[in-house]
Amino acid sequence: MENKIKKVDLIFEKVDHLAILDKSFKRTSDEIILDVIDSGLRGRGGAGFPTGLKWKFAKNEEADQKYVICNADEGEPGTFKDREILTQVPEKVLAGMALCGKAIGATEGYIYLRAEYNFLLPMLHEKMKEFNKQMKEHNFEFTVFVRSGSGAYVCGEETALMESMEGHRGEPRNKPPFPTQHGYLGKPTSINNVETLVFALMIANLGPQMFKDLGTFDSRGSKVFSISGDTPKAGIYELELGMSLLDFVNEFGDGDTKAVQVGGASGFCVARKHFKETLIGFEGIPTGGSMMLFNSSRSMYNILHDYLEFFEEESCGQCTPCRVGCQQLLKGIESVKKGVKPPPYLETLQKLSDTMKIASKCGLGQSVGNPFNSIINNFREEIIY
Amino acid sequence: MTKIEEFVKEQADIHGRERNSLMPILQAVVQSERFLSEDAMVAIATELDLSTADVFGTASFYTFLDTVPRGKNIIRVCKTITCHMKGKDAIISTLEDMLKVKLGETTSDGKFSLLQANCLGWCHKGPVMLVNDEIYPEITPEKAVEVVQEYLKKTK
Repeated sequence: MENKIKKVDLIFEKVDHLAILDKSFKRTSDEIILDVIDSGLRGRGGAGFPTGLKWKFAKNEEADQKYVICNADEGEPGTFKDREILTQVPEKVLAGMALCGKAIGATEGYIYLRAEYNFLLPMLHEKMKEFNKQMKEHNFEFTVFVRSGSGAYVCGEETALMESMEGHRGEPRNKPPFPTQHGYLGKPTSINNVETLVFALMIANLGPQMFKDLGTFDSRGSKVFSISGDTPKAGIYELELGMSLLDFVNEFGDGDTKAVQVGGASGFCVARKHFKETLIGFEGIPTGGSMMLFNSSRSMYNILHDYLEFFEEESCGQCTPCRVGCQQLLKGIESVKKGVKPPPYLETLQKLSDTMKIASKCGLGQSVGNPFNSIINNFREEIIY
Repeated sequence: MTKIEEFVKEQADIHGRERNSLMPILQAVVQSERFLSEDAMVAIATELDLSTADVFGTASFYTFLDTVPRGKNIIRVCKTITCHMKGKDAIISTLEDMLKVKLGETTSDGKFSLLQANCLGWCHKGPVMLVNDEIYPEITPEKAVEVVQEYLKKTK
């Protein structure tokens, strides 16, 4: 079979990060930002906001202080690529932050690392000290700090992360104002995913064209995928965006793949019959990198149950649609399974998940309906019987 | 000054007494004591000039900032989807038998707490467990027992 999956090596390739910064710091902020806009890079944490625009908004704000935050609160089930990036190429992450600092006019950067990755802290502190020293030697005004999370999935949401950094409960804020106007400590802040910052650095190094040559119109470039579940090739792969799910499954499946959860617990479940027409990218199903494969030995009820349990525990409880919605969805499918509620009750639950999508304050509650509806629509019998 | 008050003061000297110093101080106390006692939270509130309720409110939000007593070593077995598929239940029941506790409990000698955690970010190498800050990927029930025995030797 022809191999339609293109492997790319931009993220993990070793580069002279200081040389890239030397080159970039001689340019103007606008030149750096225009390159990132031109490249079409979109946030790699999952939401996919155009990175160049985010930088431009932050740059255009007038403030005595601005901040760069590297979101390393990777908590989406099935995602583990940021840990690998931080382990293998921490210098590139730090340099990406400095590049962002130069672009938006910030002199301080923070890495917010999830507590589950605390074993990386000694290494990161070491790299941070070395990097800060290098910045001084090169006369670049930029200092990096490392902050830790404490085991809350919702803190991956950008405003919840800032609340946590400020010493509060990690409850998301109302948006607008967006972090580029009113971020950490009320100052304009550009918060970017680990992988996004490294791509921005590589775009500064190689120019936007090489990035545009990869992927599709809406999904430029490549992406680091975290592949797990029923696959003989579990692990981390950087692949060109825009492949069909069928090609993906042919490459990574175990020959018996019945469904793939694209985008982690908060993403979509795609059943075998839709593999061919499903494209992985922003015009199809976007992903923060998580791809979980399930073969026919798996019960989709158990999978959905696991996801709902996860959301029910991780919901911050601040807004009612999410707090109560997650509890009721979980209780609801348990009742249908036990026969306490009739099968049509699932449609009532789907309406509830639609309400959560509209009424929840942040991405957590808004996206619970993604796995819920896609699993129920594709595997209704497995949920009932 | 009690021991914990002194410790909190030392931490405040390092991290500052601003509101955004709160998380690093809470984390330092948990790192050293394994949980936040009422005395510790009162000491932090006093040191940072916050209300105790505010300190408790913040701490109780975070899974890793325990406000109930925990053992000297905290074992967290990942329970999310892939680790579930790859056999975390067998790991947990083996450790329950070995430590003679149920999930969520602490051994009577105070050496271990056995907990579950949501996705630890090692889905390609499940099942996985975290002991304090150390990660143990691709564990089997036998390996889990060996790891815990090592900690048992180290813990007085």
